[in-house]
Amino acid sequence: MIPVKYNFRSLVVRRVGTMMTIGGVGLTVGIFVSILAMVNGLENTYVNSGEPLNLVLLRKGSQTETNSYYNRSFKGIVETMNGVQAVSGEILVIINHPRLTGESANLIVRGISDKTFALRPKIKLVEGRMLKTGLREVMVSRSVSNRFKDGKIGDAIHIGRTDWKVVGIFDAARTPYDSEIWGDYGDVAQELDRPIYSSLLVRCTDESSLKDVQQKIIDDRRLQMDAPRETEYFGSQVGTAAPMKVLGYVVGIIMAIGSCFAVMNTMYAATAYRTREIATLRVLGFRRRNILLSFLLESLLLALIGGALGCLFALPMNGISTGTANFITFSEIVFQFRVTPRLMLIGLAFSAIVGTLGGFLPARLAARIPIVRALRTEV
Amino acid sequence: MAAVEIRNVKKVFKREATEIVALNNTNLDLESGGFLCLMGPSGSGKSTLLNLIAGIDRPTSGEVIVDGKNISNMSESQLATWRNHTIGFVFQSFNLIPVLTAFENVELPLLLTKLSRSERRAHVEIALSLVGLTERSSHYPRQLSGGQEQRVAIARAIVTDPALILADEPTGDLDAQSADEILAILEKLNRDSQKTIVMVTHDPRAAHHAKVTRHLDKGILLPEGVTA
Repeated sequence: MIPVKYNFRSLVVRRVGTMMTIGGVGLTVGIFVSILAMVNGLENTYVNSGEPLNLVLLRKGSQTETNSYYNRSFKGIVETMNGVQAVSGEILVIINHPRLTGESANLIVRGISDKTFALRPKIKLVEGRMLKTGLREVMVSRSVSNRFKDGKIGDAIHIGRTDWKVVGIFDAARTPYDSEIWGDYGDVAQELDRPIYSSLLVRCTDESSLKDVQQKIIDDRRLQMDAPRETEYFGSQVGTAAPMKVLGYVVGIIMAIGSCFAVMNTMYAATAYRTREIATLRVLGFRRRNILLSFLLESLLLALIGGALGCLFALPMNGISTGTANFITFSEIVFQFRVTPRLMLIGLAFSAIVGTLGGFLPARLAARIPIVRALRTEV
Repeated sequence: MAAVEIRNVKKVFKREATEIVALNNTNLDLESGGFLCLMGPSGSGKSTLLNLIAGIDRPTSGEVIVDGKNISNMSESQLATWRNHTIGFVFQSFNLIPVLTAFENVELPLLLTKLSRSERRAHVEIALSLVGLTERSSHYPRQLSGGQEQRVAIARAIVTDPALILADEPTGDLDAQSADEILAILEKLNRDSQKTIVMVTHDPRAAHHAKVTRHLDKGILLPEGVTA
């Protein structure tokens, strides 16, 4: 085996070309990992949301709370079922509100009950105070507060016909609730003249009673409701990340092809520059496959250094908050980029593929150089 | 036993539609422990003959037998292993790997053997001491003079203890003093270590160090004592 230090030092000797190729691969991997981090963050917002003992009751056929509605009397029927610990009746409306950057986006306004916080223990009030009924007050998520106009305590947000005062900011622990404005149920229903529930959030006492309650609701012909678990409900919205995922892979593949050519160019130059060295190694007894492996290893090394650098480029993206349209609810969904160790490994594997594909043809050429002709090459 | 036997060897190079006969009906016997110098004008076929003996080129017809083995029919892989075990090659331009130190250059052929790291170290140190370069082992080729570079190349050629050393104009790129030092080392290896040496040179002074000198002219190996 030809020692790795030979490859490493050869890369150092051709430092300008090496740095440019590393930079190119690094940029590609950085962008690829960043896109994956965005998709990962968006998916994670849905996947890790919801309480396992909660059911979300929706009108049969409705995919989301925003297009579900039913009579308020249904809440009483559900509350009296055995195995039900608590029920929160809520209403959802969508308003159009300007971002700090000027353009506007759809935001969900949720009319909440006195059980809302209890049934969602991950959500905490972090600033200000709770709502008071009848005063047209709202609480906003920290993400909405940071990204939208009039989101600070004391500001007023226009909902329906009046302005609603912001009195509190809550942290929704990176769940889809992080993209919402919360007001009192009675106030929201009255303001918008909609005396209905969009959904009921039901807490069951335990796992077995949850299944019983779920079955009873589905079987009750008066209700005409679907009753997915809260976790399943959010999980079903992961599909909203699909277009971004496809875009990420398409961009990644296109950039990878470009990087392959950059690696190939560098390695062809390396082969041409070191033709006589290659021939000398062959004279000393190294086989063609030793040469092939050595040059393949060199391109792999080049690409992996670029890949590692790319992962470092992408690292500062971690935690950055951004938003996109939820293609199911057509409202803004706020999420954070998530650069995880798994994504960084994917980035390195991606760079390894680039290095292998880009390095194979030059390595094969190096291995096939006729010794006698190569020894006559002028350096 | 003959170290090198060349039997009816012909080598033809094809350049587009033209065929160039580099060696024609060549026969040669070199006894083990011999020191043969091949001389002749440019294009006479002396380097071609050396390359055939080294197994880095193949004859168009005929047989090349080195150390009792017919290498003409060996596969590329077999030839590579054979070269590593049987020959040491010294090039005119030294052909050291510029990014490796003298020690690492000499160690290269040993990386293909089963020797341990410490055994390799011992072999390299012996080879470098034989060419008088122990103190330069950590230097890179660019930090060495031409003569020193060629001595490192000789150390690399002998580190596997091959039966045959092949030198292609080993003094061609050196000043007179360095050339004398290199020739003295080759002569010593032949005399004291019984290495069989085949050396190609243009330099008549270099030829004086060999035991036998043969001339080539237009692809024909002339009888001993006949010059082109």
